[in-house]
Amino acid sequence: MATSYRFAASLRRASLTSRAPARFQKLRPASQVRWTGNTSATSEPHQPDNKGTVKGAPAPAKAVKFTSETYPELQRNSKFTNLTQEHVDWFKNLLGSESAVIDGLSKDASADIEPFNSDWMRKYRGHAKLVVKPQSTEEVSKILKYCNENMLAVVPQGGNTGLVGGSVPVFDEIVINLAKMDKIRSFDQVSGILVADAGVILEVADNYLAEKKHIFPLDLGAKGSCQIGGNVATNAGGLRLLRYGSLHGNVLGIEAVLPDGTIVDDLSKLRKNNTGYDIKQLFIGGEGTIGIITAISILCPQRSEAVNVAYFGLESYDKAQEAFREAKKYLGEILSAFEMMDGRSQNLFKKASGKKLPLEEEHPFYCLIETSGSNTDHDSEKLQNFLEHVMESGIVSDGVLAQDQTQIGELWGCREGVPEHLGHWGGVYKYDLSIPISEMYDLVNATRERLTKAGLVGDDESHPAVDVVGYGHMGDANLHLNVPVRRYDKAVEKELEPFVYEWVQKRNGSISAEHGLGIAKKPFIGYSRNGTFLKLMKQIKDLYDPNGIMNPYKYI
Amino acid sequence: MSGLRILVPVKRVIDYAVKPRVNRTQTGVDTNVKHSMNPFDELSIEEAVRLRERKTPVQEILAFSAGPAKSADIIRTAMAMGADRGIHVQCNEGEELEPLGVAKLLKKVVEGEKSDLVILGKQSIDDDAAQTGQMLAGLLGWSQATQASKVQIEGDSVTVVREVDGGVETLKAKLPMVITTDLRLNEPRYASLPNIMKAKKKPLEKKTLKDYGLDTAPRLKTVKVTEPPARKGGVKVDDVDGMISKLKELGAL
Repeated sequence: MATSYRFAASLRRASLTSRAPARFQKLRPASQVRWTGNTSATSEPHQPDNKGTVKGAPAPAKAVKFTSETYPELQRNSKFTNLTQEHVDWFKNLLGSESAVIDGLSKDASADIEPFNSDWMRKYRGHAKLVVKPQSTEEVSKILKYCNENMLAVVPQGGNTGLVGGSVPVFDEIVINLAKMDKIRSFDQVSGILVADAGVILEVADNYLAEKKHIFPLDLGAKGSCQIGGNVATNAGGLRLLRYGSLHGNVLGIEAVLPDGTIVDDLSKLRKNNTGYDIKQLFIGGEGTIGIITAISILCPQRSEAVNVAYFGLESYDKAQEAFREAKKYLGEILSAFEMMDGRSQNLFKKASGKKLPLEEEHPFYCLIETSGSNTDHDSEKLQNFLEHVMESGIVSDGVLAQDQTQIGELWGCREGVPEHLGHWGGVYKYDLSIPISEMYDLVNATRERLTKAGLVGDDESHPAVDVVGYGHMGDANLHLNVPVRRYDKAVEKELEPFVYEWVQKRNGSISAEHGLGIAKKPFIGYSRNGTFLKLMKQIKDLYDPNGIMNPYKYI
Repeated sequence: MSGLRILVPVKRVIDYAVKPRVNRTQTGVDTNVKHSMNPFDELSIEEAVRLRERKTPVQEILAFSAGPAKSADIIRTAMAMGADRGIHVQCNEGEELEPLGVAKLLKKVVEGEKSDLVILGKQSIDDDAAQTGQMLAGLLGWSQATQASKVQIEGDSVTVVREVDGGVETLKAKLPMVITTDLRLNEPRYASLPNIMKAKKKPLEKKTLKDYGLDTAPRLKTVKVTEPPARKGGVKVDDVDGMISKLKELGAL
């Protein structure tokens, strides 16, 4: 079949969203990477390069500045024991195989160890001298028990794709990497419940389920390298949240190991289980601060056979809200995504990618909706009714409906390609926020006004910022505020922080909708959680991890 | 001349992005999957619409399909892209057509509708026969230009650039003629919502094979359909020596 040439476009979607593994870069001379400077913003999906911009290849792990230098106020806690040869031998004896222990103490193994020491954002780097890769829950249990008794601090690590520095050590914590725990344990075709080790890669799990006509209720850009245990530990959100809900609801049970070696076996396959405290919820989104998740049981919905995608132009944010309301009314249970992009983000996407937008004319706002259902005819009819309604009542100004799989891919590309292409000018400050839906876009306007007033936004080289744009998961009231910039600039940072966080706090929003806290947002936790809450969290932490060996120096 | 009467045949096929699977009885592929318009036919419709937009006098663009009831959706899509009306010849199960049958049918349509230009995809991506256009031109006794990557019409003279091995070939012919389309001809547009709605009101005529009184009985019999043998997994060798000895073992060296 000679069709591959033109249709490579839809394949692009897959490659667009999967991040290249960072491990195998050639090492180059070290220089300091300081891309997002001193802000807590991220540059996802770009990895900063050697010059601190996001244009070149990602910077080698060795070039990343040590977290301890970036945050001089962080001091190594002297209660933790320094790693000795005796410790290393114990681990080697336990885990046996060569590949399960990366020993940086008795020999120089920095090339092997650096990828585990530095994070995907190229912002954080620890001084770990030992990486261990257990293969079973029992091994994890023995490791933690030993570390707890010997006061050795540890960092649990999955695919290391986090954006806030939660999965890498700060000082000499031992990295416990779960990559070797990668077995799918069971899948029940009737109930749709999957039980799998924590180290299974998200895409592997999803492909496995696809064979069985099911779907993993989570999808995100890093799916090719992130692990499901890490996804649960950080309560990852992603593209399917509107339809399938958060992991707090989908995860039915977990198997975890506490710092004292206790194995918490709660791999429940029950949807209903009202028997006291739901302890597993503490591990979901706990970011590895009270224990290590070693396996999960998760409810997976049936994969939808019929998928439709439409893309609209709208004249205002109010109309976008109206369209969302109508979509819920007309499409109900088949609505699987409602994404909003402002006209500015689409324009920059067009400029940077050189692609044509699906609509001829320009509109101030765009929305993408996706429906997934079991019956094509039934779904098309619903969608047709909805489209007719929103066109005739003037809620949307124009729109297109994908006619085939290729067009579905291309329309999604207009949304998923935005984060990638915003880096075109050099870099981008990104904030991941939850804001009440009615005020969601006000933040973008307020931020743009602020930067404009300060003379920092403009079309030419003299202005550091290119524009201030917003897009995101409208269905989840999750805004991605993005400031694409030409260069790193302290003045821009000063205008952004703490302004953005204060703005969000005033509206009772969240300073971290999907990305978590880790170390990046540690100083800002107060904007979203009050003193009482912080105290309760600390109590939980002290209860399960009295020695404080689990992922120290992070948000708690 | 009052303008061209363009006929664009379109076919409903398994979406190109779907991986076809052989059915259990090994008589064909599982058709209970997403279908859409044959990508080459999208190019044909797009080209017809662009001819009109380029001010070539076009009196009418007629979208035609022969296939199951759902082929009507494909004709609606063609009309949303810019075709003026449609004809759907409904084929029931067991009435599947072979390229010659389609060509004969199209000949009848051309005669009935007084078409003077037929633009069709060079092949459909399900059967990959790539014969219909040529057969139709033969039956009609018209000029033909296959695998077009550029089409220009001035008066009754048509210039077609087509891709051939190692370069391009430019053909010139007089109307009426048959043109088959190739991938680089254009980039099909999206069906916009206002046009999708307008397309609902455009006339779509339903017919059956009997209306044309043709013998379209298949001349070929499908004996068996099987998947290609699964690719065998590779092996990892430790070093160059290991690779050489492995290659020798396999008789490749």
